[in-house]
Amino acid sequence: MTATQDRPAAEIGRDRRRKEDQRLITGRTRWTDNITLPGMLHLAMVRSPFAHADITSIDVSEAEAAPNVVAVLTGKDFGEELGVCINAWPITPDQKTPTHSPMPADRVAFAGEVVAVVVARSAAEARDAAELVDVDYAERPAVLGIKNALEDSILAHPDLGTNKSALWVFDSAEAGTGGDVEAAIEQARTDGILIEREYRQQRLIPAFMEPRSVVVDPTGEQITMWTATQVPHIVRFALAATTGVPESKIRVIAPDVGGGFGGKLQTTPEEWITWAVARRLGKPAKYTETRSESLMAGHHGRDQVQTLTLAADRDGNVTGFKVHLDADLGAYVALVGGGVPVLGAFMFNAIYKFPSYRFECQTVLTNSTWTDAYRGAGRPEATYAVERMMDELAAEVGVDPLEIRERNWITHEEFPFTTVAGLEYDSGNYEAATARAREVFGYDALRAEQRERRERGDRVQLGIGVSTFTEMCGLAPSRVLGSLDYGAGGWEHASVRMTPLGKVEVVTGTSAHGQGHETAFSQIVADLLGVPFEDVEVLHGDTQVAPKGLDTYGSRSLVVGGEALVRAADKVVEKAKVLAAHLLEASADDLEYAGGRFTVRGTDQGLAIQELATATFAGHNYPDGMELSLDADATYDPVNFNYPHGTHLCAMEVDTETGAVRMRKYTCCDDIGVIINPLIVAGQVHGGLVQGIAQALWEEAVHDESGTLVSGSFVDYLLPTSADTISFDVVHTDQPSVCTTNTLGTKGVGEAGTIASTPAVVNAVVDAVRHLGVDDIQMPCTPERVWRAIHAHDGDAPTPEAAMPHFDEGAPNQDEGAGQ
Amino acid sequence: MIPVKFDYLAPSSVEEALAALGEHGDDAKIIAGGQSLLPVLRMRLNAPEVLIDLGGIDSLRGVRDDGDALVIGAMTTHHDVRDDPLVKEHALLLSKAAAEVADAQIRHRGTFGGALAHADPAGDLGAPALALGARFVIAGPGGTRTVEAADFFVDLFETAIGEDEILTEVRVPKHTGWGAHYEKFVRVAHQWPIVAVAATVRGSIDEARIGLTNMGSTPLRATATEAALAGASATEDGVRDAAALAAEGTAPPTDLNGAADYRQHLARVLTGRAVLKAAGA
Amino acid sequence: MTRIELTVDGDRVSDDVEPRMLLVQYLREKLGKTGTVIGCDTSNCGACTVHLDGRSVKSCNVLAVQANGRTVTTIEGLAATAEGDLHPVQESFRECHGLQCGFCTPGMIMQAVDLLAEKPSPTEEEVRLGMEGNLCRCTGYHNIVKSVLHAASSTSGGEQA
Repeated sequence: MTATQDRPAAEIGRDRRRKEDQRLITGRTRWTDNITLPGMLHLAMVRSPFAHADITSIDVSEAEAAPNVVAVLTGKDFGEELGVCINAWPITPDQKTPTHSPMPADRVAFAGEVVAVVVARSAAEARDAAELVDVDYAERPAVLGIKNALEDSILAHPDLGTNKSALWVFDSAEAGTGGDVEAAIEQARTDGILIEREYRQQRLIPAFMEPRSVVVDPTGEQITMWTATQVPHIVRFALAATTGVPESKIRVIAPDVGGGFGGKLQTTPEEWITWAVARRLGKPAKYTETRSESLMAGHHGRDQVQTLTLAADRDGNVTGFKVHLDADLGAYVALVGGGVPVLGAFMFNAIYKFPSYRFECQTVLTNSTWTDAYRGAGRPEATYAVERMMDELAAEVGVDPLEIRERNWITHEEFPFTTVAGLEYDSGNYEAATARAREVFGYDALRAEQRERRERGDRVQLGIGVSTFTEMCGLAPSRVLGSLDYGAGGWEHASVRMTPLGKVEVVTGTSAHGQGHETAFSQIVADLLGVPFEDVEVLHGDTQVAPKGLDTYGSRSLVVGGEALVRAADKVVEKAKVLAAHLLEASADDLEYAGGRFTVRGTDQGLAIQELATATFAGHNYPDGMELSLDADATYDPVNFNYPHGTHLCAMEVDTETGAVRMRKYTCCDDIGVIINPLIVAGQVHGGLVQGIAQALWEEAVHDESGTLVSGSFVDYLLPTSADTISFDVVHTDQPSVCTTNTLGTKGVGEAGTIASTPAVVNAVVDAVRHLGVDDIQMPCTPERVWRAIHAHDGDAPTPEAAMPHFDEGAPNQDEGAGQ
Repeated sequence: MIPVKFDYLAPSSVEEALAALGEHGDDAKIIAGGQSLLPVLRMRLNAPEVLIDLGGIDSLRGVRDDGDALVIGAMTTHHDVRDDPLVKEHALLLSKAAAEVADAQIRHRGTFGGALAHADPAGDLGAPALALGARFVIAGPGGTRTVEAADFFVDLFETAIGEDEILTEVRVPKHTGWGAHYEKFVRVAHQWPIVAVAATVRGSIDEARIGLTNMGSTPLRATATEAALAGASATEDGVRDAAALAAEGTAPPTDLNGAADYRQHLARVLTGRAVLKAAGA
Repeated sequence: MTRIELTVDGDRVSDDVEPRMLLVQYLREKLGKTGTVIGCDTSNCGACTVHLDGRSVKSCNVLAVQANGRTVTTIEGLAATAEGDLHPVQESFRECHGLQCGFCTPGMIMQAVDLLAEKPSPTEEEVRLGMEGNLCRCTGYHNIVKSVLHAASSTSGGEQA
């Protein structure tokens, strides 16, 4: 088949099998740890066992004498060439930001921090010698847990004088986007409903399956770093900015990368140390972490205490929502750091028409592993808070949780809608998504079964959880980021190159690590240029090939990177049109373009874009003034975020005798605008769902009181398996709410499942036992917690009034362990 | 991820293995299937100088009928114990418990004797072995001796096997025709049991034998429950009072997965369920 | 150093190895079989799953010396055990979008082949239980389970390697 004769079928919307898979299913992969270079040296890190301690001395003599050890280096051995780990988003001008050396010379601030590196000819010998490095520590008191940190009695970094890093505030009355939340609360206290809760967003670990690995080769003109990262461009920028090597001398490659979920959105001490060692020794060097090191020293996510006050009238119409977050940064302010909770600031009002809103976020430093982005980054926390509160409101008013949401949500006629947080939602249809989810789920039948089980007093109770989520994604309009003091823009770049024989090379600044960009982007280009899907090659993840870009996170690759690609392809068509007109001896105005072919209107004369590519290569015949190239590139800066939404319904069975929970059914109807590849979209949703469900039920990173990570291996940090999960119903509305701010009409989907599912699951668990007097269970909802929640109300103990104000007395209503 | 250096010996007979053990003493460690040992070595939590691999000793593998007992070779894999027709017929509880050990890959390598000798209180095989009154055949420099299950498990990761001895086989009295069930309570499937109950019953219910996993530093026998079940009817009401005795004398740990009192509660609930399932109710 | 000889993906290989070398390290570092990967240090993740004498094992939990005289099949040799360019289970993972980042995939496929050899027509629950020793962080398992069921229905069971 040649495309000049057979126009390919429309690719957008087609469930193409992925191009990426052939290599991955046969083991022909390029993970960073697979890379071996001549003379390559191997690194082993010596890490602090203490959460907070002074390094009083390090004796490396025995390690240096060990077989095949090339060097043993400590923080004192490096100067400025080691660089620093940067915080790109100081959320306030007065943010307290401790200096973060990749290898501190004098004091460690969390257990797992690197204090020395051993370089040897083999990984095994490096590890053997690392055991011989003798470090003397003088232990300091460590501060752990948000509530302890807020007291400022023990300081994570004594020189800062406080653990409080920054306080970030948004108030709708001050911003002019809504009313005064305090007035709404006063009103509700008098004659409405006031719901006050404290929720705990436990600390999570991204736990990508490929441990992080980095290889640095200093032997070429450019120093090359291969690294298991989501952000090769940001790594290059930060290396140049902090280690004194010009950007033009740095090449960063993200080869095959095995998952990230925000966990590889970082500039890491291990990358910086490997960089410095390779430069110092002039030899290629590799470091690959173990899983234990990954869990201990790779950044964690979440970890917030949410203090929430929801005001409503007696009918359940919300009048105000006040949010105070305390967020644990860990020992350092990471790359995005305090910006993660701030990303949630605009989402606590979710899909609702709240008239007033206030958000405060206090970030604190502790002597624990640093925290940063984890799938959803700020938005899952916000969605959890509001969706849990809406269920509490429904219970208080005594109506179905779907009903309370309908009373408060933005109706589809009201778009575009400017929210109380100041965002303009361009499109959406919450009614349609809810109706479809409800139907597929079999909502009414499950409610009937729930009633029946309650009446029967069945040992196994059934609960139904609702989450009608939205999120802001497609990070991000650069000017908005500027207004928030973020240290970079949010644009994306793409190039389209036509090869002489009519193939297409697409270069994107996004950096896929499992998302399927090669496939989805090929589909887009195939439609735009009328070339076969197979003829498109998508190149990415290497700063030498894709010099410009801002990488992959925040559900941005398709909606920002894909849009850049559309614009680059459009430019190719414009250029080709000039040549086509010349060769067809027609006026450009008389040409029609469809399916990659220019035809002279009213004739059968025409040329395919591939033929024009060949003609451009030959250069034998082209119009004066035409640059002899069809290639084009484009940089796209989004004008708005986009706002996917969906209705997620979850049925959970709770064994009231043991507290064990079991998922019975999960249905979601996501409206994400135009879908490029439904197979890939479903995969993103499935995986996202399980990560969100895992927060609800299984995962929690726990440090003990001395700061040791107790859940430091996969034995204790509980990832679910296939045996713990179910198959999901993933559906979409018949008429998607097309995104109006990009050409493709797409909205992000990478984080949707994770953002939506956590509250759906916890709402379902609580719903199953609410009649037993339970109105909250701390995450993860372990069997023990569920069992204790049920039994807290044994013996006719009075059920606490859900609506009774209690923060005034300074007593939280649940979660006594929160923040510990 | 990289163990400390060690020497490796692969004897082809029990005698050779015992000789190697005698020669290297404390510095040596026996490796059977290695599924618990190798993680420990990779994390450098243990650093033997010599590893003595029993994998080449064919006589330690397999199940045979020996009159009123089954004899299970120490190197028989969990996978093979689970599927063995003799085990299914005469010690169904072991087949059911072996099916619950870790995951398929681990069951292909991990061994019956290795797991019992490792004596992890959260291991799945100790409680059923105890419930069935297994007897442990241990070879040493002076010949072999047999140890009753009740005496075999000494403490956390500690058994009656001496430093110069090797567990060679386990003799399991036949429980032909007994119903059996292993009720394992976990949060995620690849987890060690928080609590598990091994129950096997004759008739419904003439006689019951019950072992508890992870309810103390060793596997425990729920003797009070066993006594109360004799003659009970295999119904929820019939076993309730007996199951309520299951946590007597237990001292379970408190950790991220549950406090001791919760584990005791679980033991009672799960015992009732395990007995009913074992009885086919 | 200990001398070992074994068959890996159909080839006879022979090397001197340290006894402490894990089978997965031997495959990756000595043989360049980097299709088999290391995902954890506690034998929970299953990413390193290969077949040893025809049965699935976690190659981080076997010493290279223990594979002496035996036969190992990795993801890189799997296709050669079946007709066509791909083993039916590999084909099925692609068809059903049973992978995203692909890091867990070799282990998943090798375990699925073992599972189907033992149970050619498993139920969904049997697949879910049979794959419990393999962790995935991308797919939520939905499409992995679908892939295994699809392989079972399209081939009446994967051929044992």
